[in-house]
Order: sequence, then C-alpha cells, then structure tokens
Amino acid sequence: MILPSISRSVLRQHSKAAARYATNIHASRTMSTSSSPWSQFEMAPTDPIVGLNEIYNKDDFPSKVIVGVGAYRDDLGKPYVLPCVREAEQILMDKNLDMEYTGIAGEPKFVDLALKFVYGEDSVPIQENRVHGVQALSGTGGLRVFGELMAKHGHKHIYVPNPTWGNHIPIFTNSGLEVRKYRYYDAESSDLDFTNMMKDIKDIPKGSLILMHACAHNPTGMDPTMEQWKEMSETIKKQGLVPFFDCAYQGFASGDPVKDASSVRMFVEDGHLISMVQSFSKNFGLYGQRIGALSVVGADEDEAKRVVSQMKMVIRPMYSNPPRQGARIVTTILEDPRLTQDFLDQCRGMADRINLMRTLLQDKLAEAGSTKNWDHITKQIGMFAYSGLNKDQVMEMREKHHVYCTADGRISMAGVTSGNVDYIANAIHDVSK
Amino acid sequence: MKSHQSALTIILLSCVLTTTAFSATASSTEASTNVWRDVPPGPPDAILGIAQAFRECTAENKVNVCVGAYRDEKGQPWVLPSVRSAEEIMLSSENKEYLPIEGDAAFVNKALRFAYGANAPLDRIAGVQTLSGTGACRIGGEFLSQFYSSKNILVPDPTWGNHHKIFKECGLTVGTYRYYDRSTNRLDLQGMLEDLRNAPDGSTILLHACAHNPTGCDPTDEQWDQLLDVIRQKQHLIFFDSAYQGFASGDAEADAKALRRVMDAGYPMLLAQSFAKNFGLYGERCGTLSVVCHDVAQKDILMSQLKCIVRPMYSSPPKHGSSIVRTVLSDEKLTQQYYQECASMADRIQTMRQRLVQALQNVGSSHDWSHISEQIGMFAFTGMSAEMCDTLTDQYNIFLTRDGRISIAGLNDDNLGYVAKAIHSVTDGKSITSN
Repeated sequence: MILPSISRSVLRQHSKAAARYATNIHASRTMSTSSSPWSQFEMAPTDPIVGLNEIYNKDDFPSKVIVGVGAYRDDLGKPYVLPCVREAEQILMDKNLDMEYTGIAGEPKFVDLALKFVYGEDSVPIQENRVHGVQALSGTGGLRVFGELMAKHGHKHIYVPNPTWGNHIPIFTNSGLEVRKYRYYDAESSDLDFTNMMKDIKDIPKGSLILMHACAHNPTGMDPTMEQWKEMSETIKKQGLVPFFDCAYQGFASGDPVKDASSVRMFVEDGHLISMVQSFSKNFGLYGQRIGALSVVGADEDEAKRVVSQMKMVIRPMYSNPPRQGARIVTTILEDPRLTQDFLDQCRGMADRINLMRTLLQDKLAEAGSTKNWDHITKQIGMFAYSGLNKDQVMEMREKHHVYCTADGRISMAGVTSGNVDYIANAIHDVSK
Repeated sequence: MKSHQSALTIILLSCVLTTTAFSATASSTEASTNVWRDVPPGPPDAILGIAQAFRECTAENKVNVCVGAYRDEKGQPWVLPSVRSAEEIMLSSENKEYLPIEGDAAFVNKALRFAYGANAPLDRIAGVQTLSGTGACRIGGEFLSQFYSSKNILVPDPTWGNHHKIFKECGLTVGTYRYYDRSTNRLDLQGMLEDLRNAPDGSTILLHACAHNPTGCDPTDEQWDQLLDVIRQKQHLIFFDSAYQGFASGDAEADAKALRRVMDAGYPMLLAQSFAKNFGLYGERCGTLSVVCHDVAQKDILMSQLKCIVRPMYSSPPKHGSSIVRTVLSDEKLTQQYYQECASMADRIQTMRQRLVQALQNVGSSHDWSHISEQIGMFAFTGMSAEMCDTLTDQYNIFLTRDGRISIAGLNDDNLGYVAKAIHSVTDGKSITSN
C-alpha cells in the first residue's frame, strides 16, 4: 500500500486558512492564547504502518495479535535483543568511551565495516578504494539524504517498484523528487510481474534513478531470480539508468548475508556505479538506534569522496551528525571474528524461525479448510508475507478477529509464533473463504 | 513538502557556488561511468572543519577552543557520572525496539518539564523527540514552512552558523536582526528593536533562550520587557533555541526564565531543546521540538502534523540519548546528582572566564575585556578580527572560529597562560571593537 502523502490542495487549504487567520489576528490588539496561529489546522492521517500500533494498543481483546510493523519477535512474541549486541554493549561500557560528536559522516570505522559487509571485502571497487559513504539514520535517514542529494544535483524523479515500502513515497517527495513507478508484482498470480517490469524499465528515460530492493522485497517478499537480476542489470545498463539499492534485510532474508547481497554484488561486478542505503535495524535488531549507511561506487576514489562531501552538505542542516551508540555496537561486533560469527548465527536463527512460521502458516491454512492457493507464503522471502487479502478482508480481520496487519494485506511473519499461528490461520481463512 | 519555487531557487543558487547540476541524460554507453563525474567537492563546514584541522595538527602546544563541547580541567571530554549510572541501569533494562515516530513519550515529558517548569500545561504542548538541537530546528523550520502563514524567519546577527543553513533548507526566507554591537561588544538593543519593528507582522523570530551562541550576550530582564513589547505589537512568532539550559548559569531554573516568561504570557511559541551540552550527550543526538498550543485538541492535531514531517526524514529518533535523560530524570537521586554535575561544569567555565580576563590583564593587555566577564555560557566573543584569529591558529596553533569566538570550556590551567599571551600578541595595539 502506498502511503498517501499530504495532498498539495490540503496543504494550500491550510496555508490559506492560516493566512486568513493571521490577517484576523492582526486586526485584534491583544495577544492571547485564543489567537493561536494553529487553530485552523486539521488532523493529519496516521501512518498506515506505524499507526497500526496505535490502533492495536487501544484494543483490549485478550487474544489480539499484531502482525504489522517489521520488527522481529521471538516465538513467545517478545522483542529480541541479539546476545552479540548485549555483549557488545558490555564491552563498550567497560571501555568507558566519551560521548563526543562524531563527524558529519559518522564513524569512519563503522562506515568501512558496513560497506565491506554488503559489497564484500574482495569487491573490486572496495579494493580500489572507490566505494565511500556515510553513516545514516537507518534506512529512512539514508534514503532521505540520498533523495535530497540527487534532487540538488539535477534529478527530478525516481522510479520505485509497484508496490514498494510505503514510506518511500513521502521520503522522496519531501526530498523534491517526483516518484514514478514500474510494475513489479502481479496481485492476480501473487508473483513477480517480470515481463511487465522489464517493459516498464525499458521505458524509463535515460539517466533516471531506479530504486530496487536488494533482497526480501517489502511488502511482497518476491525477489527476482539471479537470471532475472542479470537481465535487469543488462537492461539498466543499456538504458543508461542510475541504479540505487535499498538494502534493509541483508542476512535476514535467507539467513546468509553473502547470498542476500548477490544482486548488489552482481550489479557492481557488471560495472554499474551503484548507490545504496543499508539498514541495520532488522539484521542486527538495532531498530531504535537508527543505524545504517549510505554509499556510492565512484568511477575513482576522488569521485566517490566528492559525492560523500556533498552528502555531508545535506546532513549538516538536517541533524549535524549521527548518533553514536548503534555505530559503536555494529563496529564492536564486525571487527571481532568471534562476535561476527555469533551475529551470523543469531541472524540466521531469526531467518530460520520466520521461514518455519511461513511453512507452519501455510499448513495451518490448509488445516483450517482453506482451498485457496497459499504457495506464495512460502515462496516469498524475508520478514513479510503479502497475503493477497484485500482491504475489506483486512478490516474484517481486525474487527472480527482482532488480528492487525496493514491494509495492503502485508503480514509481518516475525509476529507469527507457534502460539498464535493457529489463531491467525483461522482468522485469515475466515475472511477469505 | 517543499512548497516554494522561490525557495528551491534560493537553495539551487546557494549550491551554484559549490555544485554544478550535472546532466542526468548521459549517453547509453557512458551512463554508468558518468553518474558522479561532475560532482564537485563540498566546502568543509566552518566549525566542524576547524575541529578537524585541530585533530590533524601535530603541534604539541595546540589548543582547541573551537567546538562547543565541555572539557574538564585536564582538557578531556567528560561523561557525567549520572549519565554513566543511567547507562549501567539501561544495560539490563533497555530493549532495542523502535521508538514511536514522536519519540519516547516519557522522555519528552521529562524534557518539557525541565524546560517549561513544574507548573507548565504540558497537555497542550505538542512535543516530539528530535536529533538534538539541529534536528529540532529542522523539524520546527519544516513545520513553519508548511503550516505557518509567514515564511520569514529572522535570526540574530550573529548566530550559530548552522541556523542559516537549516532554515534555508526548510524553504524559509532567512533574515537577520541586529543583535550584537561590535563597536561596544554589547547587545545592540535599539538595532534589535528597530529590526523587529520593521519586519513584516507575524514573522518568526528566533531567539536564543540563554547563553547566546556565539556572543554569550543575553538581554537583561528590562531589555526583555522591551523586546516582548515589540514582539507582541507585531504579532511575531517566537522560536526559542535552548541549547544551554543549566549549563549557562549553573541554575537550570534561572536559565529557563526567558522562555518561561514568554510561555506564561500566552505568546504562541516554538522551542528547540538540546541535551548535548547540559547532559554531555553530544554524540547521542538528544533533543526536543515543542509547540505551545491553545488546547489539547490543537496539540493532538499538531502532533499528527509533526509526525508527518519526522516519518519521511528518519522514521523515529535514536533512543540511547533519550533513554539516558529519561532514566536520570526519573530517579530522584540521579536527578540531584545530575544538577550538581551540570552546575560544576558551569562553575568551572565561569571560573576560567574570569581567570582569562585576569590573565589578559596580567600579560599587559590594555584592552577593555569586560565584555568577556559579562558574557555567559560556553563562549567568549572576544572581538578579534578574522585575521587575528588566523594568526592565532597559524602561528600559535590555537584553533577557534574566525568570528573571534573562543570556547571557554577548552581553557585550563595548562593552556590559560599561553592562550592569554597569544591573544595579547595578536591584539596589542589593534582594535577589538572595529568589526
């Protein structure tokens, strides 16, 4: 589902109302609390993903279930802090580090490790020192910096898959880019719409930005195969497009971070000068620390560094410099081989549990008597299952069964447990039979 | 949403000096290799760039009086013990879940109490957690740009350099009002009043809540009377930037006097709050942006709009810094401890301030340095020219900003004499009031 951004007409209404109001108060002599500049404004729509938590929290039905936000839960439905993260925190406490400002681009050590994590240490551009980047406020922050950067450098639009993560739209719109879509998913068949995707990509004007999900497409969970990625890479090169990857689930999708980075690494090997945003929210479970990275592959070292210097120009008037703790945790882990192995094991553990739940959910749906084809649940990858439920069915599931997912039918598999999978399967079956 | 063609033009024009819009329509064979080719290097940030130059300097006698971060008497960064204690507690109690878009409600509540006072009507103050002061100014500026009738914001001359960049990015038209009289090294009240009178009605006026950065020169109570008179007549909107509460005088209540006065008087206002200095949480980016509303319903509406600004920028704020502040201010003992620690920082700075003036006199300077004694907060606005500052850096390895601003926190027993001598050398026989 695409998040509806505030329409221009609504905004203009507000501005006009405010202007009228300001004229009125100019006429009055006294300043009082009633002559407020804000009195004419209307409630903005709640975010469809995050706002779900708010609705859910207000429900007091004892068996209520939320499968909305993409945050991992263990099999008891509890938030999970990776043990390697806890250990890293203790190590950091013992080091007694200061809390000084870091650079605008963040911790160089963190950025270096983050980039190697996704591009691979033996990646040619990494070896040639022409991949550079900045620490970002997780995925969202990196996307916003990138959007503003590109808007300042002549870009007018960006192409995103349809559907995509809802927040992509307002992020890029607020950056000053027009968001355009290329076909991606066929809801009828619950599958990748590859033929039409390639058709649309071939129509994208030269030099345009094209955003792709590196793995575990959100919300559909449908990723291209390696052959399909290859064809995309060739076509994008022929079309002269600018490839930009949103990588939020590396390691979390298949359980293997190297495998999950295959698409990105293929593009790099094929010679594309890609840019990429990485989030460490899911794979490291560091949601609240807002830790990520934004990077570019330059034609040479100097070029990549110049782009980074321009990224810093965007960051300084936005938040000056990024928060340290998340970067320090990731650095502590990735610079230590044993902690890195622990991380890989624990991240794989999360991916495995989710895949188990996928199988379980599909089985339970059959057990509940559903005759629909639910293959897509196990075919999809990553945190989400794009169920295929329509908006009415989703609402009925909320009202009748107190099972909360986003209106587009996206189910966060991380919220499914062995304790609630039966209940969820029955609810889905009930609204879809 | 960016809403002004003219604002975009301003932004683009401001980038012309440093960027060129490179062609987005490269030929098919060249496209991959041409993507970043024409991107020029961005200029280094004035303040942070000097901090970097300090780090890269290898001279043994180098002195950093540039960045506004506290240093103890050994010249070392200082993590408040109450902050460390909070972190210890958090090791076992904190999870890593997303904060809500608007941040940690308990933290925001404590933060607003801290600023607005024990009796403040928090139920009608819309507050969101932000990435320290910068983030708060950005969220506030975007909010004004989208929802306030006036697109004019006036900032003091001089002000923290980043204010201009932040508000310009928001699409606001940034003007200045006279603030500091460099010929007297004192507040230019008449200039200030005149410029506020001449500004279009309902303009946004950015005011430093206390310890003005970079001058350290705050209005007196009587001067505030006059300022608020004009502001009321002109129906201006006040936007306070509070980065030094508790850190300026050592008394958090006293440092909040001006902003509380405005709130109590019923003026509509915005407040950007930073915990970087007073809690020493610089790198953890902890702050708030709040808007005083008429009633609860209005507050709810504004909260919904503020969230729409945050979500497409970074989704939700980082939690480590806010959890520390919340943990400290939720514990009576830690709170008491915190107030003492903050006061100790302010005291050390106050002491060094007086000793700097004394030292300058002792080395034979005949200048009137009383403005330094009277200034408040982390900085001394010396009155030195850019050339003098350059000489201080190039010849004496003393790193300061080129507006003559010295971070007093960077002074200690080991470097005070050296710095005083150096300042005397570059200012002797020259004017410090001619800027």
